[in-house]
Amino acid sequence: MRVPNQLIKDLAPKKFDKRGVIWTIFLTVIIIIGIVAYIDQLIKGQEVTNMRDYALWGIYISNFVFFVATSFVGSVTVAILRLTKNSWRTPLVRIAEIISVAAIIMAGITIMIDMARPDRLLNLFVHARLQSPITWDVVIIPTYIVLSLLLLYFPLLPDLAILKGPLEKTQPRLSKLYGKLSLKWTGSKAQKVLQEKSIRIIAIMIIPVGLLLQTIDAWLFSTTYRVGWDSSNFAPYFISGAFVAGVGALVVVIYVVRKVKKLEEYITDSHFDKLGKFLVLACLTYLYFNINEYFMPWFTAKKDEMVHLETLFTGSYAWLFWFVILGGLVVPILVLLFKKGRRPKSMFVIGILVVLGSWWKRFIIVTPTLLHPFLPIQGVPESWRHYFPSLHEWLITGATLAMAFLIITVLVRYLPVIPIQRTADEQQMLQSSKKSES
Amino acid sequence: MEKNNKKTRRKFLDKGLKLGLVSAIGGIGLAKLSSKLSANTNNESGETLELMTTDGTLIKVDSSEVVEVEHTQDHDKKYNVREGMPNRKFVMVVDLARCKNALVCQSACNKHHYITGDNAWIKIYKMQESKDTAPYFMPTTCQHCDHPPCVTVCPVDATFKRRDGLVLIDNERCIGCRFCMAACPYSTRVFNWNEPDQGDITLNMDMYQHEYLSPEYAGMPSLKGTVDKCDFCPHFVKNNELPKCVEVCPNNVFYFGDKYEDVVSNSDETVRLSELLEERAGYRLMEGLGTEPSVYYLPPKDRLVDFEEALKNYKEFESVEKPES
Repeated sequence: MRVPNQLIKDLAPKKFDKRGVIWTIFLTVIIIIGIVAYIDQLIKGQEVTNMRDYALWGIYISNFVFFVATSFVGSVTVAILRLTKNSWRTPLVRIAEIISVAAIIMAGITIMIDMARPDRLLNLFVHARLQSPITWDVVIIPTYIVLSLLLLYFPLLPDLAILKGPLEKTQPRLSKLYGKLSLKWTGSKAQKVLQEKSIRIIAIMIIPVGLLLQTIDAWLFSTTYRVGWDSSNFAPYFISGAFVAGVGALVVVIYVVRKVKKLEEYITDSHFDKLGKFLVLACLTYLYFNINEYFMPWFTAKKDEMVHLETLFTGSYAWLFWFVILGGLVVPILVLLFKKGRRPKSMFVIGILVVLGSWWKRFIIVTPTLLHPFLPIQGVPESWRHYFPSLHEWLITGATLAMAFLIITVLVRYLPVIPIQRTADEQQMLQSSKKSES
Repeated sequence: MEKNNKKTRRKFLDKGLKLGLVSAIGGIGLAKLSSKLSANTNNESGETLELMTTDGTLIKVDSSEVVEVEHTQDHDKKYNVREGMPNRKFVMVVDLARCKNALVCQSACNKHHYITGDNAWIKIYKMQESKDTAPYFMPTTCQHCDHPPCVTVCPVDATFKRRDGLVLIDNERCIGCRFCMAACPYSTRVFNWNEPDQGDITLNMDMYQHEYLSPEYAGMPSLKGTVDKCDFCPHFVKNNELPKCVEVCPNNVFYFGDKYEDVVSNSDETVRLSELLEERAGYRLMEGLGTEPSVYYLPPKDRLVDFEEALKNYKEFESVEKPES
């Protein structure tokens, strides 16, 4: 089970090149600007946002929902492909795990940004009430963070042990850190059995927990009476939407990582082809739930529902709505159904479209509904009848997105993005099977 | 031997003395008790009174047993703020036929609760269900639902339902997530997006600190990053006064009262709640949602004022008058 040196050379984390440094500095600057804006929001209160008593939730919440959705990629690709023994997943899973960890951590932070009294955060534990969907979120998000971290960490153990060696002379500190984190991994049989078992347990656990996470996220909305949220379709609608957002993000990040790290030999066109099929499955499922969500109320045409649907179909949110539906779902489906469309480059473009569509999709789920309450909006300034995020909201939201990118960047920098040990094992197995054939 | 004898004798004397003392005290006590008992039986008047206990059963008591006790003034006021006044169930009735959109309730409420934002707690909506139905004005307060959706979704029990029917907010606990506002179908909740500038109230804060920093006096003071709303003025109600809007309305639109007592009153008259609702076909807003509001509405039939005339007062974009600067 020795690992070929070439493999280590190819897959071991490398120092940033110039682009990497510029990218990291760029992200850091955006984060600092966002933190300054957030401090200003803490001092002045949330009047610096464009949220008001009617549009009482805005992009903080829709961004939160986006992060939660994206974090689903860990459950889907890693756990489900693992349990169904799809071996093409090997070079993709680590990146999926990294995205998952970054997204769910940022979800936790983003929801706190929306809280107007973060100084009273502890009340959520001290005075917790179990029937509030927010309390369910308080339980499920940390659970998912822990599971995602473990699902990233346990498969890393052999790789960390491998990386310790070559770095001993050049970077002794890093080598020591890898050594410590590898938890004295030697690759003995007993260790392997234990590791295999632990990963299996977490992979099985993270599927129901991931489904619950998306479900609770949907229930934050559908536990209210509001037109546009009060829908029994919401939980599966959110789960399939999370499937789309997660796999879309995975495609984009994998394309960039492959290009920057020159991993074309390991992440091949056929991997993109498979991912493309996976993504089109996700999009078709999501399209189905979208049709359920919009077609039924349109068909029965209840008055309140029609007011809501008209703002989406032809009203002030029409541009966004049709971009999300056509650009974020229909076009990707049409392109990805063809083999030519599943080539890396076109997949990258489609991936970006899907992620953008997914982000704006959450926006048009959250805000338009709030602007159509049961009683008419009267007696408040005219500006309260519309909502578009303020500069503060954009800066802070930009910072949360930059933070997610920074977590991904740092993890990609210091961790082997393609499992080294596993790739070596698979190559060996391939060779031995070839030998036995000949 | 001699020593031993002395000891036992001393012990005997000691014990005897103690026993004697105890029996003497006991004897005096018994004598006093028996004399009291005999005195009572001696004083029996033979007259009996029929009395009703608090749970409604009739009992007979000898008249000599009936003693006057001091009347407790604050009997109704001693209760847990989160549990509410015992044996009360507060309701409001809004007579839409009388509403002239005078806006007196709104401005009085704004002033009394030191509302400084852009969204009043009392709203007077211009309503018209469809093109062919009559337009009318509809004041809304918090509906103080018996199944309050806001309370269900609150993660920290900051907004709570009391036994006397009130839904109140503990602004010291609210974390500002605004889930209650999303859950309320009546759009009754108002958020403090910034530090409220409540003028004289913040000046007098020290004075009010002890008495008013309570969910029973909403807006006193309003806190940044927390939710406010109509509280049915429990600070008045517990002193047997009417809520501010009920008291000031020049057209007697609002009735306020106790459902258990089956009476509601405005500043002019007191009427039976059940009769009023029956005669005037009272209804509640969005009954179909199952929120069970505590506010009843009487249909806008035979209106006192022409709609067009009332429309003059209507301000589409303003509910809190700003001091001219």
